[in-house]
Amino acid sequence: MPEPTISPPGAPGMPALSELFISFIIVSVSGFGGALPWARRMIVEQKRWMTTEEFNEAFALAQFLPGPNVVNFSVVFGSRFGGAAGAAVALAGLMGPPLVIVTVLAVLYAQFGELEILGRILSGITAAAAGLLIAVVGKMALPLFTRRWNWAPAIAILAFAGVAIMRWPLPWVFAVLAPVAVAIAWLKPAAATARQ
Amino acid sequence: MNDNPLIALFGYFALLSLFAVGGANAAIPEMHRIAVEVMHWMNDRQFADSFAIAQLSPGPNVIIVTLIGYHVAGLAGAAVATVAMCGPTCLLSFFAARTWDRFKDAPWRIAIQAGLVPVSLGLIAASAFVLARAADKNIYAGVVTAVTVAVASFTRVNPLWLFAAGGMLGLSGWL
Repeated sequence: MPEPTISPPGAPGMPALSELFISFIIVSVSGFGGALPWARRMIVEQKRWMTTEEFNEAFALAQFLPGPNVVNFSVVFGSRFGGAAGAAVALAGLMGPPLVIVTVLAVLYAQFGELEILGRILSGITAAAAGLLIAVVGKMALPLFTRRWNWAPAIAILAFAGVAIMRWPLPWVFAVLAPVAVAIAWLKPAAATARQ
Repeated sequence: MNDNPLIALFGYFALLSLFAVGGANAAIPEMHRIAVEVMHWMNDRQFADSFAIAQLSPGPNVIIVTLIGYHVAGLAGAAVATVAMCGPTCLLSFFAARTWDRFKDAPWRIAIQAGLVPVSLGLIAASAFVLARAADKNIYAGVVTAVTVAVASFTRVNPLWLFAAGGMLGLSGWL
């Protein structure tokens, strides 16, 4: 079966494997309090490898699959742009530096038992990281909300309220809302198309 | 009794990863149950410390499994736990992504995609809300968050500067 959507690494417009690797290293070492904002910044804003809509779709797929979201995303993104090698390279870039850093931190912790200074610095970084994530949600929501009104924003608000306000378990919210949303999209394909 | 801790680490984390819908943070309670209550690999305090160290490190939060594995069986344990938690779902993601691309124009694929995007967005918004509520313990932290929202939304300034400013304020004891 032909696979026209999978381009060989290094094809025109596609990032080289080395560029993919370095990009995901930068994403991972910047990613205090979550790597998603940094992945989006790199892929959509700086390298322009994906549009806002394409990023939303790829990340939604990664989130739908079980396991760590950003890790899944690195594989989904890497495989789209460089097949198996691309997936491996993106994953290695994302996981390699944190593995080294966390091991060093664990050794430091075993030596000194207290990481109080690091903890204080982190509390400030986390306050900024929360703001960064909120800003990214706004950017990701733009294509959903600027289009002529349809059902999608209502689904997004329900998912948010279920987890953040009602504090229902995330897997349950997902298990109930996802089939409903897919069913609506199936019945009203015109309103649901992500790309005009 | 499992005679080999590496096999137990692999088995538990591989299984957990395949049921961890919603990412690493959603799986933390289950990790705690396995590591502390079922397997007695570590006590509550050690688990909480592992969580804190994983938070201190940049990168995916799933890195906590590396620390649990390290605690149980040293570097081999760290490697086995990480591979178990990421390997199966990465393989699944790889084949799902290829299938996804192959059926790019299939109506069912378009419907699933269109349905998942808003759910995904709502869940990310929820984690942003939860993170902000946990981080903003006082007014100054709230100001740091608000300034970051504004700067990251309307300028092209690298957010690492905001992280640096937040870190300095945290170090000085304002937050």
